[in-house]
Amino acid sequence: MSIDVTTATAASLAEALADGSTSSVEVTQAYLDRIAGSDERLNAFLHVDAEGALATARDVDARRAAGEQLATLAGVPIAVKDLIVTTGQPTTAGSKMLEGWVPPYDATVVTRLREAGLPILGKTNLDEFAMGSSNEHSAYGPARNPWDTTRIPGGSSGGSAAAVAAFEAPLALGTDTGGSIRQPAAMTGIVGVKPTYGGVSRHGVIAMASSLDQVGPMARTVLDAALVHEVVAGHDPLDSTSIERPVPAVVEAARRGDVSGLRIGVVREFGGEGFQPGVRAAFDRAVELLAKAGAEVVEVSCPHFSHGIAAYYLVMPSEVSSNLARFDAMRYGLRVMPHEGASAEQVMAASRDAGFGDEVKRRIVLGTYALSSGYYDAYYGSAQKVRTLIARDFEAAFEQVDVLVSPTAPTTAWKLGEKSDDPLSMYLEDVATIPANLAGVPGLSLPVGLAEDSGLPVGVQFLAPAMADDRLYNAAAALERLVDMPRLEEIT
Amino acid sequence: MSSSAISRDDVAHLASLARIDLSDDELDRLGAELPAILEHVKVVQQVAGDDVPPMSHPIPVANVFRADVPRPGLTPQEALAGAPESEEQRFLVPQILGEE
Repeated sequence: MSIDVTTATAASLAEALADGSTSSVEVTQAYLDRIAGSDERLNAFLHVDAEGALATARDVDARRAAGEQLATLAGVPIAVKDLIVTTGQPTTAGSKMLEGWVPPYDATVVTRLREAGLPILGKTNLDEFAMGSSNEHSAYGPARNPWDTTRIPGGSSGGSAAAVAAFEAPLALGTDTGGSIRQPAAMTGIVGVKPTYGGVSRHGVIAMASSLDQVGPMARTVLDAALVHEVVAGHDPLDSTSIERPVPAVVEAARRGDVSGLRIGVVREFGGEGFQPGVRAAFDRAVELLAKAGAEVVEVSCPHFSHGIAAYYLVMPSEVSSNLARFDAMRYGLRVMPHEGASAEQVMAASRDAGFGDEVKRRIVLGTYALSSGYYDAYYGSAQKVRTLIARDFEAAFEQVDVLVSPTAPTTAWKLGEKSDDPLSMYLEDVATIPANLAGVPGLSLPVGLAEDSGLPVGVQFLAPAMADDRLYNAAAALERLVDMPRLEEIT
Repeated sequence: MSSSAISRDDVAHLASLARIDLSDDELDRLGAELPAILEHVKVVQQVAGDDVPPMSHPIPVANVFRADVPRPGLTPQEALAGAPESEEQRFLVPQILGEE
């Protein structure tokens, strides 16, 4: 069997590895070559670990040759967002604060990748500390969208998205706090999943907003994403918010892909004003396809979703201001001495000014304000109540339907620099993805084609109740078979 | 309800609370941006009535304990590997108390 390694799906690579028609070294080397050929233009990787990836590949090949039973994805390489700590290679979080830092331990999700035998190709670019929707807030320059390198790949997991879309990796891990997996997946024409909050361990994932953050898979097909989901998900005693329940049967659901009789709710609040006509048209076509495939499609109103951004931009910065207090220039990370004999406090303030970029500072100061005495109830407290209302909207919706659908993002990928001077307009891009994080429910973005007006990928988002992640994979797999999503032929 | 008026001096105070030594340019910029963001987000004050409970977390959170038995951790070398400065297996930090 001959297989075009870099364009093959992870599932077919796994089969080719299992039947001996290719080796992990061959596959891993092909991806490393691909990265060497195109990443100068894409800047998707902040660090490439050729040696480490090939060592894992050789080990997997040897174990397979010895007849050992291996995990399904053993030998299939993966890229990891540089927010997730890894031994043996740097973790920067896209920040000057952590330039050159090599963590002393592995995140639980990384341990699970290693145990399953996935070679780790390297660490992917991101908005600094995962704060942004465009990757332009990376301290190491933005990753670029392979469909049009003058455009953003989305964010914050933009490097992972660009790498998978451009065939530099078959699989990647991202993190999603307000849409940071789903939105870049939509912008680059790949599949991205934010699992149920608590479904995947956050141990070793540099915290941005602890009540919202979640790790998830990015891949070129629904089944590939499910295969990664199954590897990384499940209870972890090292994460106190980790759910002690069996992982939903996501792989089986992705293989099933049957929406006959499934009740699908179109979120009325997402798709009108502010949504690009090409996105709306592609979304409407996708909904028609689902109906033709036997789904019962109804419109559902979630009246508080429209306040999600406002609540999110109070809850998230509040948690950011607290979480990022750990970068104090004392135990690890950047230390700047402002002058001879400076006190610890002066060193902290100087180091944090030098180490953090504009967006991080903006959010820390905003969060400090929202939590400060006299404003706490009016801002943080009010936002937490809106969060309750959004969770109730989901509960009411899931009494009527099995899954919800909406466009993943209001627009297709915009030009680099187009929104950099207007933080608020960038924040509005997260309108459709944020409610899932606030309520803790899972979401998946599926590419459904190119927008007629921009010629760029459009994503459709599926949302399901907590711990019903399998419903996302089932519905998305059904739609995936029906849509006409062209393959990226060439990086332009 | 509080207004979203926030001055450049307020931003400077918040930055000092957050231990970030912002430059004058940064204070100017944040002094202009934050009121616009707060203007947008303050809508949360009009959405929920007093009867709506706040939600801090999407799932019930409880303390999680492990058995109090020794297990391997980082070695001092590993723990100090990323330290800006260290000495005698300790983190070396600038002076914390004022000069006597």
